[in-house]
Amino acid sequence: MAGSIQDTFFEECEELLEAMDEGLTAIEGGDQDPETVNAVFRAVHSIKGGAGAFGLEELVAFAHKFETVFDDVRSNKLELDSKLIQLLFRASDHLADLVTTSRDGGQTDAEHHDVLIKALEEYIDEEEEEIVFEPMGFGGLDTGGLPDLPLPDLDDLPAVDAMPAAPAGPVESLYKIRFHPLKEMFATGNEPFFLLQALSDMGTMEVTLDDSELPGFDTMDLDESYLAWDIELRSKEPRSVIEAVFEFVEGLCELTLAAEEAAASEEAGDDDAALAALNAAFGSAPAEGEPADPAPLAEAAPAEPKPAPVAEPAAEKAPVKAEESAPPPAKTENRGPKPTLRVELERVDRLINAVGELIINHSMLAQQIANLDAGDLRDVEIELEGFKNLARDIQEGVMAIRAQPVKPLFQRMARIVREASAATGKTCKLVTEGEATEVDKTVIERLSDPLTHILRNAVDHGIESPDDREAAGKGKVGEIKLSASHRSGSVYIEIKDDGAGVNRPRVKQIAIDKGLIPENAELTDNEIDNLLFLPGFSTAKEISNLSGRGVGMDVVKNAVTSLGGRVNVTSTPGKGSVFSIILPLTLAVMDGMVVSVGGQTMVVPITSIVETMRGNDEMVNNLGADGTLLSIRGNFVPVCDVADALGLKDPFAEHQKPGVFLLVETETGQRSALAVDDIHDQRQVVIKSLDGVCGNIDGVSAATILGDGKIAMILDPESIIAASPAAAFDPDRRVSNAIAS
Amino acid sequence: MQSQAELKHAEHSEFVSFTVAGQAFCLQIKQIREIRRWSPVTVLPHAPHDVLGVMNLRGAVIPIYDLSARFGLETTEASERNVVIVVAVQDKPVGLLAESVSEIISINPDDIQDTPAVDSRNTMDFIQGIISHDGGMVRIINLEAVISVPEQVF
Repeated sequence: MAGSIQDTFFEECEELLEAMDEGLTAIEGGDQDPETVNAVFRAVHSIKGGAGAFGLEELVAFAHKFETVFDDVRSNKLELDSKLIQLLFRASDHLADLVTTSRDGGQTDAEHHDVLIKALEEYIDEEEEEIVFEPMGFGGLDTGGLPDLPLPDLDDLPAVDAMPAAPAGPVESLYKIRFHPLKEMFATGNEPFFLLQALSDMGTMEVTLDDSELPGFDTMDLDESYLAWDIELRSKEPRSVIEAVFEFVEGLCELTLAAEEAAASEEAGDDDAALAALNAAFGSAPAEGEPADPAPLAEAAPAEPKPAPVAEPAAEKAPVKAEESAPPPAKTENRGPKPTLRVELERVDRLINAVGELIINHSMLAQQIANLDAGDLRDVEIELEGFKNLARDIQEGVMAIRAQPVKPLFQRMARIVREASAATGKTCKLVTEGEATEVDKTVIERLSDPLTHILRNAVDHGIESPDDREAAGKGKVGEIKLSASHRSGSVYIEIKDDGAGVNRPRVKQIAIDKGLIPENAELTDNEIDNLLFLPGFSTAKEISNLSGRGVGMDVVKNAVTSLGGRVNVTSTPGKGSVFSIILPLTLAVMDGMVVSVGGQTMVVPITSIVETMRGNDEMVNNLGADGTLLSIRGNFVPVCDVADALGLKDPFAEHQKPGVFLLVETETGQRSALAVDDIHDQRQVVIKSLDGVCGNIDGVSAATILGDGKIAMILDPESIIAASPAAAFDPDRRVSNAIAS
Repeated sequence: MQSQAELKHAEHSEFVSFTVAGQAFCLQIKQIREIRRWSPVTVLPHAPHDVLGVMNLRGAVIPIYDLSARFGLETTEASERNVVIVVAVQDKPVGLLAESVSEIISINPDDIQDTPAVDSRNTMDFIQGIISHDGGMVRIINLEAVISVPEQVF
C-alpha cells in the first residue's frame, strides 16, 4: 500500500518538476507574471511536502532551501537576475536528481549538492528565514481518535522542532480568524484539527466553536459541514506564516483573517477581496437550519470524513487544483489542465492489440464474404464498411491515448544543453518549437537517448567556443533549435545548430584512417556528412566527458531505425548542421500497398511510394549485363528487382520481366524503381514486430497479418535498394550501403 | 537447460513421440504448447534453409523450423499431412515441423540412455538421450539447442 502511494507521489513529482522547469524557462524568457513564480513555488513546495511524508530527508532539506530562496523571489525581496536564474535552474536539475535517486536508490553527487546548498544559502537572509509550515496531516496522523480542540500537544508537530526559533523582536499581533471548512475540504482528506493545532503552535490561541448553523438531526446532511471556528490568535508570526497554515485548504474553506496590527491592514483588504471572490465562486455552503444540541454533532462533523492516510498525497495537490478551478481574481489565463485520467500503460497496450486484431478480423470477414457464392451482398457490404470505419475510429482513439506531446521530452533536453554547455565552457541556448506535437509514448521514451546524444554532439562539436564565434561574426551565444512537426504521416524532429558545421575533410580522413571507407572513395558532401553515423566513428580529438566515446552517432541511428524511422544530417560549413529524425506516426498501424513478389504477398509502406506504373518492354533498358534502367518520361532511374534483393527468385525459373514498378525516393533524394510482380490492394495494416521472432532481415522492417490470416512481410524500400546486387557494383553506393545498413 | 542427470532424477515423465524424416523423436509433454496441422507459411527472405518461415498463431507471428533440415536430414516437403509442434522457449512460441505425431509415451527416467557417439555431428548436438520403446529407438530432443542456434544464423 505504502509503495503505491509512494509511486503516486513520484509520478506527481514528475509532473511538478515539469511544471517547475516550464515556469523557470518562462521566467528566464522574461515572464514577469507573479503567477508563474507562484506556480514554480507551489511545485517545489508540493514536492517538499510529499517528500516529508515519506521521510525523504535529503530531498526535503534541499527543497526547503530552494523554496526559501524562491519565496523571497515571490515576495520581491530578491531580484531575479540571470545569475540567480541559472542557479535556480541548476537547483531544479538537482532537485530532479534527488527525486530520481529517492525513487530508484543510488547517490547524487554530494559535492554538487553541497555547492548548490551553499549557493542557495547565500541568497537566504538568515534573519528572514521564515518558518515554513510543513503540510498538514502527515506527522500527526496517528493521533487517531477525536481531537481535543483547544489543547494542542506541542510535541506532536515534528515540523516545529526542525524550525529555527522565531526571530526575536517582532511585535505580537492579534489575529482574528474565522474558519469554516466546506465539505470539499473533508473530501480531499484535510483535517481541521491539524490546522488548528498548527495555529496553536504559533502563539496563544482561543478557539470558539460556532455551531449556530447546525440543523436538527432529522434535517442534517451527513456530508455537509456545518461547523465553524472563531479563533483569536496572539502570535509574533508574520501574517504570511499564518496564511501558510491554510495554504492547502485554500478554496476549500471560508476563511477570514484580520490582524489587529495596522501594518497588515492593506494586505488584508486585498486578501479579503480575494477570499470573498473565492467564497462566491464556491457558493456559500451550509443551508440555514435550526441550532441543535451541539454535543453529539460537534463530534459528528469533523469525525465522519476522517481521512484515510491513503488520501493524503492526493490532498497535496489540492491547493493547486483548487486555485485553478476557482482562481484568485483576475489570473484566469487558460492554464488550468483538463481533467485527466491516469491509466497503466499496459491496459492501453492490451486495448491496442485488441483493436489490431479487430482490424485483421474485419479484413478476414470481408474476404470471406467476398468469397461467398451468394446473391445480393450489397447490404452486407455496406454494413461491413460501417464496421471498418468504426474499427478505424476506435483504433485512432486508442492510438490518441498513447500519443503524448513532446514537450516533457524537449524540456529535459533543455537540461542536457545546459549541462553540456557548462561542461564545455560554451554558451548555448536551446530554442524549442512544436512542443505540442503528439507522438506515440514509446517513441517519446525511446527518443530520449538519441536526442541527448545529438544535442551533446551539437554543443561539443557543433557550436564553437564564444571567441571563435565572435571571430566568425556570430553572436557569442550558440543557438540550438529543437523542433517537432507532423508532415505527411510522419513525425519530423529537427535539431539545428548554428555552429561550424561538419568538418568534411576531417570526417573523410578519419573514415579513411579507420578503414571505414576506401581511400579513393568519391563521396558527395551529403554522404560525407552521413559518415558520422558509421559505427565506431568519432571525430573528437580528445575523448571528452560528453561525447566521443567512440560509440557515437551510430547509436542514434540504431535507436531511430529500431523505431522504424530514419536519421539524416545536412550541414553547411560555417553555418551549422541540421539533424533530421523522421519517424512513423504510430508504431501500430500504417497504410501499405499490398504487392506480390516472387510468389509471396508483401506490403510496401505507402509513404515511401512516389508513383506506381505498369511497365512495358520499351520502358526497360538494359545497362551492361545486369543493370536495368527504367525510363520515366525521359528520365532514367535504376531498377531494383525486389525478389532478387530478397533472395526469393528461383534461379531456375525462366527470367521474366516484372510487370509493375513502384517508384520510390530515398532519404537522400535518390529515386529507384522497385520491380514487383503485381499490385493487389491498398489497405491499412497492423504492424507486427519481428523482434524476437528472428533477427534483423535486410529489406524487411516488420510483418503484418492479412485478411486471409497469412503473414506478409512489410518491406523497407530503403534497405532493399541498398542491398540490391546492382547497388553493390557501384563504389559510391557501397558507402551508402554501409551507412544505410 | 535440463541435463541428463536432472532428467534421470525426475519421476516418470510423459513424452510425445513423433517422426521426422522417418526417425522417431520425442519431446517432454510439458514443453509442448499445442500441435497444429501444417498450413503454408510466409517465407522469410534470406532465411537459412531450415527456417521455413513465419506463421500466424492467433495474432502472434511465430517462426517455423523444419526439424528434419535442422537435424541435417533431407528437407521436408511440407504438406497437409504434416504437423507443426508449437513449443515455447523462454516464453516465445516457436513452431517445429514434423512428419507426424505418433503417441504419448510414459518413460521411467532410468531408462534414458546416453547418446552413443556416432558420426553424425549435426544430429548429435540436438539429442539429449535415447530411449528404447516398442523395440525401436526414440531420440529425446534437446529443445534449447534446437531453438537457440538459428537466432545467430541470421
